[in-house]
Amino acid sequence: MSAAVEAPERSAGAETPARAPARRRWPGVARQLFLLAAALVALYPVFFMVTTAFKTQDQYLSNPYSLPWPISLDNFSNATRGGSFLTWFKNSVILTVGSCIISTGCAALAAYAIARMRFFGRDVLLSLSTALMVVPPVVMLMPLFILFTNLELIDSYQGAILVYSGLTLPFSIYMLTNFFRSIPNELVESALTDGARSLQILWRIMLPLSMPALVTLVVVNALWVWNELLIALVFLPDDKYKTLMVGVTVFRSKYNLDVPVTMAGMLLASIPMLLLYLFGQRFFIRGLTAGAVKG
Amino acid sequence: MLRTRPWVPYLYVAPAIALLALIFAYPLVRVFDFSTRLIRGASGPYVGSLNYRLVWEDPTFHDALKHSAMLLLAVPVLVFLSIVFSVLLYERARGWRVYRSVLFLPYILAVPIVGIVASYIFELNGSLNGLLRGVGLDGLALDWLGSEKLSLLTVGIVIVWREVGFGIVLFLARLLSMSDEPIEAARIDGAGWWQRLWFVILPELRGTIEFYVVVAAITMLAWVFAYVYTLTGGGPGTSSTVLELYIYNQGLRNSLPGMASAVAVILFLITLVFVVLQVFLRARANRQEGYA
Repeated sequence: MSAAVEAPERSAGAETPARAPARRRWPGVARQLFLLAAALVALYPVFFMVTTAFKTQDQYLSNPYSLPWPISLDNFSNATRGGSFLTWFKNSVILTVGSCIISTGCAALAAYAIARMRFFGRDVLLSLSTALMVVPPVVMLMPLFILFTNLELIDSYQGAILVYSGLTLPFSIYMLTNFFRSIPNELVESALTDGARSLQILWRIMLPLSMPALVTLVVVNALWVWNELLIALVFLPDDKYKTLMVGVTVFRSKYNLDVPVTMAGMLLASIPMLLLYLFGQRFFIRGLTAGAVKG
Repeated sequence: MLRTRPWVPYLYVAPAIALLALIFAYPLVRVFDFSTRLIRGASGPYVGSLNYRLVWEDPTFHDALKHSAMLLLAVPVLVFLSIVFSVLLYERARGWRVYRSVLFLPYILAVPIVGIVASYIFELNGSLNGLLRGVGLDGLALDWLGSEKLSLLTVGIVIVWREVGFGIVLFLARLLSMSDEPIEAARIDGAGWWQRLWFVILPELRGTIEFYVVVAAITMLAWVFAYVYTLTGGGPGTSSTVLELYIYNQGLRNSLPGMASAVAVILFLITLVFVVLQVFLRARANRQEGYA
């Protein structure tokens, strides 16, 4: 069970034996050309963004494909002067951190009870929560917006954090329940005989053993919140509270005609996620395929 | 199973239930209610099916519905590309790990950023058309975003470009977790590449394909707002307006929450079909794994 979280581990083992016979099949050259073409298509927009960001407007207009030479850094100073990147960045960090904490916290408590205790309504709760994973936020948009307007939670971190924690909660519960179920019973039993209470078992046994799952969960939820546009647009319209994703759309309309400055802004906004990807690729892949890969 | 006092489990699930009730249950109930009212402020008088009739008479709604349905055509494209590339990677093409990272990269980029960057690439005088003209394909250098005939197609291309990375990694993870034996056996029996794909690999992938089709379909119907908003804004005219954008525009730009709620209800019912399918597939997968 819990193939969700374990499958990538197993796959890591399966990756290692490099098998030569594969090369006999599809003619190797054709396959390489095919993959190479796909890789170029996948990379081109990134290449375009990065190279353009370092060009002057003249360089870009005379040749949009060349490498930027001489390198110009003016776009970045223009971009930071023209946009409130620091404010947007701060807002995105606050929302991402806040909602990851609340979502993971609520999910850990609930998943612990669902995985390890017997109570009336348990299975219904898990099924309903899992079903909510695929309900699109736009369906809830209007009632939430009107409710939050009345509660004066529009343009407040608390309001948006509540929405994001709620929206990421079903996935968090699903993933942690699966993981908690995979933790061997003996570990819990032995703690019980030592007289540990249920909350202590969660805190001292379940959570430390779940570190890989927790990291993966946080990475996936953080990516989702960080990149989200619709909720941020509707619940945080004030300049003071705009997130990075809303910010970049504002920024684009301001610098519409200056492509290099716009690309510098886009590059600045992408850096956090690109760095995270470089260092934590396996967590991304493991988390994003969690729940889908069944052994 | 832990033995606890009977009310203890409820303490553990209470925060999660409260949050789910606030963010999912309450709005899902209210959206049906709102769709039958003329909303002014927090609520408004009951007007029966008026909002639905207004929506039905609005040609923009028909466009949005049609466009959302057309985006579903991207689902088979996504499935096909994901399978082809994941199998190529699975066969350990030279450098497959690098290719995996590269092909997954678009999925890491935020949709709004992808949309904005792509909107410059697909401009009439953007770099894509420059490339096409450069290699003598002037006939293909079209007004990708500015023409009513093409804008939705362009949105679809950008969506596929980014979303396919997820499909590839998903299928690859499944392939890497299965045993090599059936494929080896098929090869020894003289099965060619396509035969192995069709008779051995596809049956193995069936569960993952089903899951992915459901997820991709829901994505196309109800999670593409950020693409459309940044690429075309739904235009030119209404040529790339989808249901999500219609809800946003009616509810927040035109201050017609009743009509927006009516469309949200319609969208919810459409996705509900997929949600039910999803629950069914998960339950079956769990049964096959022998969940307690």
